[in-house]
Amino acid sequence: MTIIELVFYLFSTVLTLSALAVITVRNSVYAALFLVLAFFSSAAIWMLLEAEFLAITLVLVYVGAVMVLFLFVVMMLDINSERVREGFARYLPVGIIVALIMAGELMFVIWTKGAEKLPLLPGQTDAGSNTAMLGERLYTAYLYPFEIAAVILLVGIVAAIALTHLGRKPQARYQDPSRQVSTRREDRVRIVSMPSVVADQQEEDEA
Amino acid sequence: MIDMQALQTLAWTVLKIFIIIIPITLTVAYYTYAERKVIGYMQSRVGPNRVGPWGLLQPFADVFKLLFKEIILPANANRFLFYLAPVLTLGPALAAWAVVPFSDWMILADINASLLYVLALTSMGVYGIIVAGWASNSKYAFLGAMRSAAQIISYEIAMGFALVCVLIAAGDISLKGIVQAQQGGIFDWFWLPLLPMFVVYFISGVAETNRAPFDVAEGESEIVAGFHVEYAGAAFAVFFLAEYANMILISALTALLFAGGWLSPFENVPMLGNTMLATPGIGWFLAKTVFFMFMFLWFRATFPRYRYDQIMRLGWKVLIPLTIVWVVVAALMVLLGWIERGA
Repeated sequence: MTIIELVFYLFSTVLTLSALAVITVRNSVYAALFLVLAFFSSAAIWMLLEAEFLAITLVLVYVGAVMVLFLFVVMMLDINSERVREGFARYLPVGIIVALIMAGELMFVIWTKGAEKLPLLPGQTDAGSNTAMLGERLYTAYLYPFEIAAVILLVGIVAAIALTHLGRKPQARYQDPSRQVSTRREDRVRIVSMPSVVADQQEEDEA
Repeated sequence: MIDMQALQTLAWTVLKIFIIIIPITLTVAYYTYAERKVIGYMQSRVGPNRVGPWGLLQPFADVFKLLFKEIILPANANRFLFYLAPVLTLGPALAAWAVVPFSDWMILADINASLLYVLALTSMGVYGIIVAGWASNSKYAFLGAMRSAAQIISYEIAMGFALVCVLIAAGDISLKGIVQAQQGGIFDWFWLPLLPMFVVYFISGVAETNRAPFDVAEGESEIVAGFHVEYAGAAFAVFFLAEYANMILISALTALLFAGGWLSPFENVPMLGNTMLATPGIGWFLAKTVFFMFMFLWFRATFPRYRYDQIMRLGWKVLIPLTIVWVVVAALMVLLGWIERGA
């Protein structure tokens, strides 16, 4: 067994176990953190394939941004695990059907193409890095699918903002940053010159 | 079976890791000393001067004090995550150094996508903070964690776009290639054509490291000490170490991306010829890094803390639109030949 194989089995074991833990642990924060671990392990496996760009992007996008927001929400919610468990039996058949379909599709790909014949990513030794090659393919041959995917994401963003944005409330007060910034000392402080005679008089009064 | 040569490479790599990590740890120790001294003099004080000559042994006194203190676990805190959080913060802060080129050959892992690697790792530091805030079972810690998470995600976008501009200008995604693309004197470095991005990157870097004036995650005056309010002793020291290691990392990256890394500012100056001043080397890189490290301290002594909504406004409404515009400008500059690609 070479070192690479050893590393591969190590990471795939961690990946499988953490993926299982995501759906079995009771604490939802733990579940989110296990999902992070699963993403990280799969990134490591991609790294073994010399797919540096894909591996790092997986970490950057899913671990660095998506899961942070996810964790954010999970921590704020007070999830009652008992109530989640109640629906388990009801949703089980649907889950099994989806799982079977996905497994079937994977099997279909492997059977028709043959596991060995699946093309591997070109290594770094080929002309240029595979980052550059990936970019070239994405922006030439697959430009339309790529742009359509981007537009769909944009529509999602706009829809989310449209759903949550209620417009300006007429009676609410808003801060105007430009006015805040342009505030000068004269607007806030008034220097009053008091004749010293007043102080003397006060002393006399007290005496 | 595992052959001898692989083992040798492994031992050599581990040795190199130590050669990088030990100076960083020492720099962190003296960075805290420098911070107190610099801010002290800026505020007409002398700073620490009791331990050793000129107070030079102060960092060690601090470290030993922290190590001998008890680590207190708050009631109902999540024990595992509470202890894991400092490690989660420190890990990425040190791991990012693996791809930093100190000079054209001094680099631990010369990988192709090193800029992305750094970006991915710096974005992971936030986990330690969020987990610390949640596991502490304290309102203040949780508030600090929330603020920090929102802030880091917001400024990461601006930082990412600023890096896109650097990529466009350099035509390369490895840190080494980016430095090599800046050859030829101080006016060929990327700070000049990408000046707004240089500013945006450094501001985002200060925000990402939760330093003043963006230190609302700690916010002593409002939420005591934010996410690490419940930490004491060595666990607190690890958070501290990670924060300062991140500051040094951001300074080093700014030096690499915008200030020519190990290149000399006086290249192509005819009078100097081939003297010391005109030759590239690790000394230039360290000098530039120290300059940016000083900026962090300077900021802290100069600016009052931003309010939380002001931070969000600056990030989303000022920096991000600016970076998006400059991506187009940088592409045009390359197209028109104002920036020489891969010189």
